[in-house]
Amino acid sequence: MPTTAFLTDSTLCIGCKACEVACKEWNGVAEDGFDWSGFSYDNTGSVGHSTWRHVKFVEHTPEPGFGGNAPELSSWGFSSDVCKHCENAGCLEACPTGSIVRTEFGGVYIQPDICNGCGYCVVSCPFGVVERNNDDGRAFKCTFCYERQKAGLVPACAKACPTESIKFGDMGDLQARAEDRLQELHRRGMRDATLYDAADTSVGGTHAMFILRGDPRSYNLPPKPEVPTVYLKKAWTSSALAAGLLLAGSLWAFLGLPERD
Amino acid sequence: MCPQKCRALPGWAGVGTRPYVGGGGVRRMDDDENLGRERRLLALRREAELRGDVKGSGVRPRGAPFPVASPETGYYGIPLLKQPSWRWEVPLYFFVGGAAGAAAVVGAIADYTGADKRLVRDARWIAAAGAVISPALLISDLGRPERFLNMMRVFKPKSPMSVGVWTLLGFSGGAAAAAFAGFMRERNGPSFPLRVLENAGQAASLVFGLPFSNYTGVLIGATAIPVWNENASNLPLHFGASGVSAAVGLLELMGHQKSRALQAIGLGAAMIECWEGWRIESRHQPGLNPLKHGSSGALVRVGGALSGPVPAALRVLSMVASEANREGRERSRRLRRWASISAVTGSLLTRIAWVHAGHVSAKDWREPLGIR
Repeated sequence: MPTTAFLTDSTLCIGCKACEVACKEWNGVAEDGFDWSGFSYDNTGSVGHSTWRHVKFVEHTPEPGFGGNAPELSSWGFSSDVCKHCENAGCLEACPTGSIVRTEFGGVYIQPDICNGCGYCVVSCPFGVVERNNDDGRAFKCTFCYERQKAGLVPACAKACPTESIKFGDMGDLQARAEDRLQELHRRGMRDATLYDAADTSVGGTHAMFILRGDPRSYNLPPKPEVPTVYLKKAWTSSALAAGLLLAGSLWAFLGLPERD
Repeated sequence: MCPQKCRALPGWAGVGTRPYVGGGGVRRMDDDENLGRERRLLALRREAELRGDVKGSGVRPRGAPFPVASPETGYYGIPLLKQPSWRWEVPLYFFVGGAAGAAAVVGAIADYTGADKRLVRDARWIAAAGAVISPALLISDLGRPERFLNMMRVFKPKSPMSVGVWTLLGFSGGAAAAAFAGFMRERNGPSFPLRVLENAGQAASLVFGLPFSNYTGVLIGATAIPVWNENASNLPLHFGASGVSAAVGLLELMGHQKSRALQAIGLGAAMIECWEGWRIESRHQPGLNPLKHGSSGALVRVGGALSGPVPAALRVLSMVASEANREGRERSRRLRRWASISAVTGSLLTRIAWVHAGHVSAKDWREPLGIR
């Protein structure tokens, strides 16, 4: 089976939210309210249990040519966010039921018939992707359209994207295409174009890569995400110390300080 | 329909009365709901037009009608991380499990070293009560409680939740067996099967009780929540000492106020809690702010004081006072009772405080983005 990935190129995104809609329609995800946030045209805020694709509307200070706007207008960057499908996935490592698995395509998938809603994946995701739906009780996130991939189809969001901002394909191919695209953008003068794939962190790379302009932090992407398993050694050492102290202390106390009558 | 103000803005008048059409097959908004939202948008637009600035909730623009995202402000200050979905059951479970695990260890050691049999029995009852209450709390916190058995499909050493579930299983079985066998022996007299069950149960509750009393520190330490993972190397010891404090305090309140061993263990746990408090207060990194400021900071400090310095001081005073006459012994007992109460309350508050701090930390958009 090929290892697949998303490459989301924000320089091609027009903010139409077709990916959000296609994802909701295909996967039957519930609506999440019709409130205005006041944050540009982003009324969803972030990915969550009912938002598996989420278009970010990043308004920059006016910069001629950025986003194709007139010089006096705010420059607008759009980027469609999604579960990163990490190589070392915090949610997958944390899941105590084995509900979260890695698929043959390399994606991270929550089996809805097994999840019992313990919520440990929610606090184990360094990207804040997984969320428990308290009405349903289970945790949800992007499935990487596992069943579509099994049938040889591309995920619904990539299929619906009208500008091919969301590319889907073989991981190696997309990495090469990302390099080419970055070089081209740099050649065109967009020196601030970068690739975000968390490859040099403990997350070990992601199956959802992003080409962004400017600082990833303004797209709510952490500069240094850590898979929580990196803290295990420290924590269990402290646990062993605590257990040792309790055992030794109790033995000492009861042997050295016999009761007085 | 339209409020008085919107007439000042030709072109937008009537926006609020336009009915919502479409939504075929999806949820159809009812008109009142629709009107409310249209009015809010209208108010936002109007405010932006008049003042070049919007003061509505969740809107934080500077000089422009709409907010600007930047590396300094993150993504409009929307939190990157998700808050824990846990409810009140989880901090209570941390408290109950910690006390029960430590009580099982103290009880087993007391038994092996030939201490007072009543102490052993009461420690077992605390452990057994915890063995029953803990799973109940954990199951009730699940989003799908009827699926709790799915936890036993797998064992994943790298998941503290999985390790904890299996530890809880072993502990609960052992503690319940030991308490049950002990009870039956006292009622019906000793017999060989009861002795086997009692000894095996006690051994299991000791072996599993040791990690069970502190693994919850690992559970929250190895997560993506900054305030928790920045304390991954001290939370288990902190929670372990907290559990021991609570177990000793409960045993003392059950009438074991003369045990010098319990006094020493309680004092040791309080000293560790003092040291943990000092480790929190002496480190200055922004990720620790939820432990020092706001409601979570206040809870952590009150919980910490009641777990560490207060019982430590009361225990030392009570030890000093007991050297004197009868009045002194009375005062000593009183001081020690207050130390027990303080330790138990402190342990409970500490667990609530740390979970609350996790929520506050998850809402802090600066920390995971590395923005100071």
